[in-house]
Amino acid sequence: MKKVTQILVFSSLFILVLLASTSTFAQKIKPDADNAGLTLPAGFAALKVADNVGRTRHIAVNKQGAIYAKLERLDNGKGIAVLKDTDGDGRVETKTTFANYIGTGIAIKGNYLYASSNKEVFKYALNANGDIVDENAAATLVTGLVDKGQHNSKSLTLDNAGNIYVNVGAPSNSCQEKDRTKGSMGMMPCPILDSAGGIWQFKVDQLNQTYATGVRYATGLRNVVGLDWNNELNQLFVTQHGRDMLNNLYPDMYDTTVSAELPSETMYAINKGDNAGWPYIYYDHFKGKQMMAPEYGGDGKKTVDDKYINPAMAFPAHMAPNGLLFYTGNQFPARYKNGAFIAFHGSWNRSPLPQEGYYVVFVPYENGKPTGKWEVFADGFSGKTVVKNPRDAQHRPCGLAEGPDGSLYVSDDVKGTIYRIMYQK
Amino acid sequence: MQRIFIVLVVVIATFVSATAQTNNKLVAASVARGKTIYLQRCMVCHQADGGGVPKLNAPLDASSTVNGSDISKLVKYIVKGLNDRIEIDGEFYANAMPAANDLKDQQIADVLTFIRNNWSNKAGPITLTQVKQIRSKLK
Repeated sequence: MKKVTQILVFSSLFILVLLASTSTFAQKIKPDADNAGLTLPAGFAALKVADNVGRTRHIAVNKQGAIYAKLERLDNGKGIAVLKDTDGDGRVETKTTFANYIGTGIAIKGNYLYASSNKEVFKYALNANGDIVDENAAATLVTGLVDKGQHNSKSLTLDNAGNIYVNVGAPSNSCQEKDRTKGSMGMMPCPILDSAGGIWQFKVDQLNQTYATGVRYATGLRNVVGLDWNNELNQLFVTQHGRDMLNNLYPDMYDTTVSAELPSETMYAINKGDNAGWPYIYYDHFKGKQMMAPEYGGDGKKTVDDKYINPAMAFPAHMAPNGLLFYTGNQFPARYKNGAFIAFHGSWNRSPLPQEGYYVVFVPYENGKPTGKWEVFADGFSGKTVVKNPRDAQHRPCGLAEGPDGSLYVSDDVKGTIYRIMYQK
Repeated sequence: MQRIFIVLVVVIATFVSATAQTNNKLVAASVARGKTIYLQRCMVCHQADGGGVPKLNAPLDASSTVNGSDISKLVKYIVKGLNDRIEIDGEFYANAMPAANDLKDQQIADVLTFIRNNWSNKAGPITLTQVKQIRSKLK
C-alpha cells in the first residue's frame, strides 16, 4: 500500500512538473543562450528555429506559425520547404517539401500561398490549418518573365485589392551595349526596360497572365529584391540594388573609394507609373541628388532633376537589400510598429574597403514617412567582425516574415538557417 | 675519365640550376606584373582572396578550371568574356564577365600566371608564346 501511495505521489508530481513546463513553453519560447549568434537591441532575443534547411530566399509564416521557405536549390527535386514546430518549443521538428522549381518569392495572403520560380508565379490554396490543400494543384498566375541569370529573382507582394506585384530585375548592370565592359556606351533608350527593370502588376484571380496582360506598374528599377505592401499607407514600397563598378568602368571619374561608397542602395515608395531612373541615373546619398550615369553622359558631377522619383530612404552602396517588411505586430515596442525592416544580404563590391551589410536594419517611420535615420537591428549573421570576402560569411540575411505573435523571422541563403527574433518584456 | 665526368656533371648541374633560377625569376616577375593587372581588372568581382562571390562571380582559388590543363579556355574567357551560364565545380554564376580584349598577350600571360600561382593554386605558369598561339586561333 505504501508503495502504491509513493508511486501515486511521484507520478502526480511528475505530471505537475510536466504540465508546468509545457504551459511555460506555450507562453514563452526560450531563446538560444547566445541569441542565435546575433547582436540585438536591449530587450530582444533570438533563436535558430531551423538550421541547414537549404539556401532559403524569402519566407512566409502562416497563422499557425508554420514556415514556408522558398529554396534557391532543389532539395530532392523540390523547391519549397514547409517547416513545423510540433511540440511548441519554437524549434522546427518536421520538414516537408513540395513544388519542383527554385526561386525567391513567397507570400501568404488570405487563404492562398503565392510563390515564384525565376520565370513564373504560382498560387496554392490553403486549408483552415494553413496547410496546402493540394501540392500538385498549383495555379499558374504568370508565365514568361525574363530570366537571363543575372538579377532573376521574382520577388512578390500583394495589395488588398486583388493584385500581386512582381519584380523583374534587369539582366544588366547599367544597360551598356556590352554588360560591365569598359568603354561600352549605354543603350538609348534602354531596351531592357520593356520587359525588365521594373515592377509588374498582375491579378490574383487570373491564370496564365503575361507581359501583355499585366501592367508595368513602375519602371527604372534595376533590381528590386525586397518589396512589401504598406497597409498603413496602402502603397507599394521596394528596395533596389544600385549599380556596380563605377571605378572599373570609369576609373578617370571615380576612384576605388568613391566606387565603394556609391551609388546608394535605395528604398522607394511607389505609385503606379513611377520611374526611378535606372539606367540613366544613380542616387548619391552624400549629395542627396540624382546623378547622371556615366554611360549616359554623366561625369560624377552632373545631376538630373525633376525627371525621376526620389528615394524614400538611401543606404550605403552595394549592401544588397534583399528583404523588406513593414512591421504590423504588437509584440515589439511601439516605435517599431509600421516601421520597415530591411534584410541586407551584404556587399561584394566595396573592396578594397571591407564589405558591408550582412545585417537586418530598422527604418523608423513617423506619420507614414521614414524619419530619415536607419539603425542596425540585428547583426552577427556573417559570424565575422569584418567581412573581407563574401565567401567568408557564414550566413547572409535574405528574407523577412512576421509571425502570428509578432516575432520577426529572418532567412539565410547560405546554409538555410531560419532565425526568430522576439521581444522579451 | 672519371674527372671529366665529374666536371661534366658539375657543369650540367650548374647550367640546369641557373636555368631553373632564371625561370623562377621570370615566373616571379610575371606573377608580380600579373598581380597589378589582377587588382585593377579582376579583383572587384573575383575578390582579393580569389574566392569570387557565391552565386554571382566564379571563384578562381581552388577552381578546377583555373588549375586545369585546358589553358586555351582561360585565355578565351579573358579575350572574349563570358556570357553563357556555365556550371563550374557544381555551381552557376549569374554575372556576365566582360571581355578584356585590350590586354596585350604578355599581360594575359602575366595575369593568368598570377592567378594560377596565388592563394591555394599551384598550377604551371602560362607563357607569352602559349597566349599568342591560343589567341591567334580565336575568332
